[in-house]
Amino acid sequence: MTATQERPAAEIGRDRRRKEDQRLITGRTRWTDNLTLPGMLHLAMVRSPFAHATITSIDTSAAEQAPNVVAVVTGQGIADEQGVVINAWPITPDQKAPTHTPVAVDRVSFAGEIVAVVVARSAAEARDAAELVDVEYDELPAALDLKEAAEADADNGGAIAHPDLGTNKSALWVFDSSEAGTGGNVEEAIEKARSDGILIEREYRQQRLIPAFMEPRSVVVDPTGEQITMWSATQVPHIVRFALAATTGVSESKIRVIAPDVGGGFGGKLQTTPEEWVAFALARRLGKPVKYTETRSESLVAAHHGRDQWQRLTLAAEKDGTVTGFKVDLLADLGSHVAIVGGGVPVLGAFMFNAIYKFPSYRFSCQTVLTNKTWTDAYRGAGRPEATYAIERIMDELAVEVGVDPLEIREKNWIKHEEFPFTTVCGLEYDSGNYEAATARAKEMFGYDELRAEQKKRREQGDKVQLGIGISTFTEMCGLAPSRVLGSLDYGAGGWEHASVRMLATGKVEVVTGASAHGQGHETAFSQIVADRLGVAFEDIEVLHGDTQIAHKGLDTYGSRSLVVGGEALVRAADKVIEKAKPIAAHLLEASADDIEFSHGRFGVRGTDQGMAIGEIATAVFAAHNMPDGVEPSLDSEATYDPVNFSFPHGTHLCAMEVDTETGALKMRKYVACDDIGNIINPLIVAGQVHGGLVQGIAQALWEEAVYDDSGTLVSGSFVDYLLPTAADTISFDIDHTTSASTTNTLGTKGVGEAGTIASTPAVVNAVVDAVRHLGVNDVQMPCTPERVWKAINSGGAGGATEGAAMPHFEAGGEAGNQEQPGTASTEGVGE
Amino acid sequence: MTRISLTVDGAKVSDDVEPRMLLVQYLREKLGKTGTVIGCDTSNCGACTVHLDGTSVKSCNVLAVQADGGEVTTIEGLAQDGQLHAVQEAFRECHGLQCGFCTPGMIMQSVDLLKENPNPTEEEIRLGLEGNLCRCTGYHNIVKAVQYAAGQGAES
Repeated sequence: MTATQERPAAEIGRDRRRKEDQRLITGRTRWTDNLTLPGMLHLAMVRSPFAHATITSIDTSAAEQAPNVVAVVTGQGIADEQGVVINAWPITPDQKAPTHTPVAVDRVSFAGEIVAVVVARSAAEARDAAELVDVEYDELPAALDLKEAAEADADNGGAIAHPDLGTNKSALWVFDSSEAGTGGNVEEAIEKARSDGILIEREYRQQRLIPAFMEPRSVVVDPTGEQITMWSATQVPHIVRFALAATTGVSESKIRVIAPDVGGGFGGKLQTTPEEWVAFALARRLGKPVKYTETRSESLVAAHHGRDQWQRLTLAAEKDGTVTGFKVDLLADLGSHVAIVGGGVPVLGAFMFNAIYKFPSYRFSCQTVLTNKTWTDAYRGAGRPEATYAIERIMDELAVEVGVDPLEIREKNWIKHEEFPFTTVCGLEYDSGNYEAATARAKEMFGYDELRAEQKKRREQGDKVQLGIGISTFTEMCGLAPSRVLGSLDYGAGGWEHASVRMLATGKVEVVTGASAHGQGHETAFSQIVADRLGVAFEDIEVLHGDTQIAHKGLDTYGSRSLVVGGEALVRAADKVIEKAKPIAAHLLEASADDIEFSHGRFGVRGTDQGMAIGEIATAVFAAHNMPDGVEPSLDSEATYDPVNFSFPHGTHLCAMEVDTETGALKMRKYVACDDIGNIINPLIVAGQVHGGLVQGIAQALWEEAVYDDSGTLVSGSFVDYLLPTAADTISFDIDHTTSASTTNTLGTKGVGEAGTIASTPAVVNAVVDAVRHLGVNDVQMPCTPERVWKAINSGGAGGATEGAAMPHFEAGGEAGNQEQPGTASTEGVGE
Repeated sequence: MTRISLTVDGAKVSDDVEPRMLLVQYLREKLGKTGTVIGCDTSNCGACTVHLDGTSVKSCNVLAVQADGGEVTTIEGLAQDGQLHAVQEAFRECHGLQCGFCTPGMIMQSVDLLKENPNPTEEEIRLGLEGNLCRCTGYHNIVKAVQYAAGQGAES
């Protein structure tokens, strides 16, 4: 970008070690659970063991008699003061959403819902007493299976998650390119493909996942003093503050929310939680500081889950593989309540099923469904991993049908680099990208041709270990988000970010950002940006965040927004400092303002060697002895930036998997990621984001799933059962970058926080399927456990998919209209 | 209540504790050693790893009374005279941490791993850290950090 070219970057692009690390590697951390306040009381939650039940009675007398118990509170007892947990994104005007009280009042709607709260002088005593609370329930039929829940109504007697709503269907959200005027009619494309082209119909499962941040959620509320202060392990202190004020009647100015050190989030701490609301209410009632820290078991059952969709996909193409239309029908499981983003998560994916491709027609519909399971919401990628999985899996199926390499079919359909900016069939304008370059680099790093040759050889030899190559050429929309777009989608807030720059008397700089880091390294990256912008030393900059009293405005951290939105706000605030300093510099240097040039932290007089450092001016402004007339003695500046567009990072990921065809065992041999995230501020931090993102996406492909039994109990309710990958399960990655600078922000940056997760899941599953496709397999349901892979190989027949996986025929009479199952015709009988 | 006396990060301490109190609770609640954290309740995550008499233990899996008479080192006692331990330095150098919550346990386990095997292969490092979960880094840079600390493959 011109701006950075004029001012050569010293800090931007450097692999600075992180400012954050000193305290983190020495244990001098401030996690919420570390806080202890005088007289602080501790909360323990009594949670429902039933997925759906009426509360018939709660006997708290034994608990109240337990040692050092201060109070035992039920939903009835707190009904008037607990507020409600909000949904900020009603995706349709007629969306059905049950009222979400922090503590259930008369009915529970998922196993893990809070029914009573014990307050005691120690956490151990609170937990002991919680065991003594005697709750009687009348069990109700529970809506558990997503598809059954979607069909349930009064006539068929299916279980209704919230009986007073009369249905489990919450909202139906539809986008149709022909109605929006952004593309053609997908039904016409499908009809044409059915008679004279290629039609591929697939159904994919996005299993339910658990964000599983390492720091369990914790909240401390101190009601003493003029303000009520809440410390919370949250990604969104500003949103929590707003929602507390909006739902409890306490003035926003009387609430201070602090997110101290926060141990990961991945969307899982983008929430306003029942536990926060309960702690707030009880601190106010008791007039004492209270603390609640969840156990891991509570976290897994009560913090929101992610994904959980069925995706029905219809891809229409010409016989040569040119895609003519894509139709997507989703069922999305909301769980028990419509969470803060809720149905907005699949809607965020709606614009990404067309991905990097030039599709002439597109239709998306999503039916959100309430069930009696843990509520779902954002998890790293939020809607976009699901979309990317669907399109990148089905593009492989198209390649098989046409009989070409899957990279070839992608190239045939993708947007060429000279076609940017490109308006997609969803109406989004992709500002920049170069899919050819990223793919070429990835292929080179991967040794694509050599691995294809090895694959061919192993197939010919009938090796028991087969090699599969998986591809994901992804893009995503991030940098949430232009406020106008959010408004048009009925989201309840904007997408701007705020920053301010304070020039201290000593020449040091304080930077305040409304973004709220929880492991990303903002303190380091933002220091690098300001160091270059103002020409001050990296070490002289302090980045402050995560406290609504310090960062009074902000919309926090999620959706890969901190750099592309928050960073741009910071650039603009810094530029205002320079503009404010110019007339003062001119005055002090006895020159005309027109002759003042700013470069590398110094205001100079053009054509002379006279000048002053910005720090010297800051000191002079502090003294204010010699200011120009009518100029305020302050350089401090702020900016609120509303993005003009989303950010569209992209990349090509390639995965090589070895599959033991006798046991179904999988071994990842190589993983290459070449991401184009525009200009990079700190390559070290970027690499960390990519690595971590990759493993979360790989984990969805291979290991993780939240599993419920048929009574609605979360079976994967501990780290024994919910399989987070370990160091021993994973490999080292080969990553690199190509660069097409974004044209929508000054620094030319794009988001990176979610990219690895969005890209990697389909790359891995495509590799698994590719390894055994010649054995009649065209799908393996996630997570691709050895058992599922083995079953897919050995089930024979059409596709050999695992139970509940691909079901290719949707239309009545589809037998005549649908294509043969890819992979079957040429390998008939192989898998039997 | 049971009286225990032990050494923690070089300081002698003595307290009455409930027999059921876990070592990690003792460290955090009685001593204010909040550098050591609790990440799970099934001894899977390893965030609470400390050294007891020179060997790494998950302090959620040890009763405080079992540490009676012992010597405990936590992440807060690892740096000596203001000098970071080589493994701490390596984690920073290699960006082996993001949110930092698993880091105390990860570093303490890595120190123990290198004590037993000063020149581990990548596979030995990965197996040696199997009991410690990290959700941020994908382990890539943690492995590099241990290699770096071991004086191997310090390429950046």
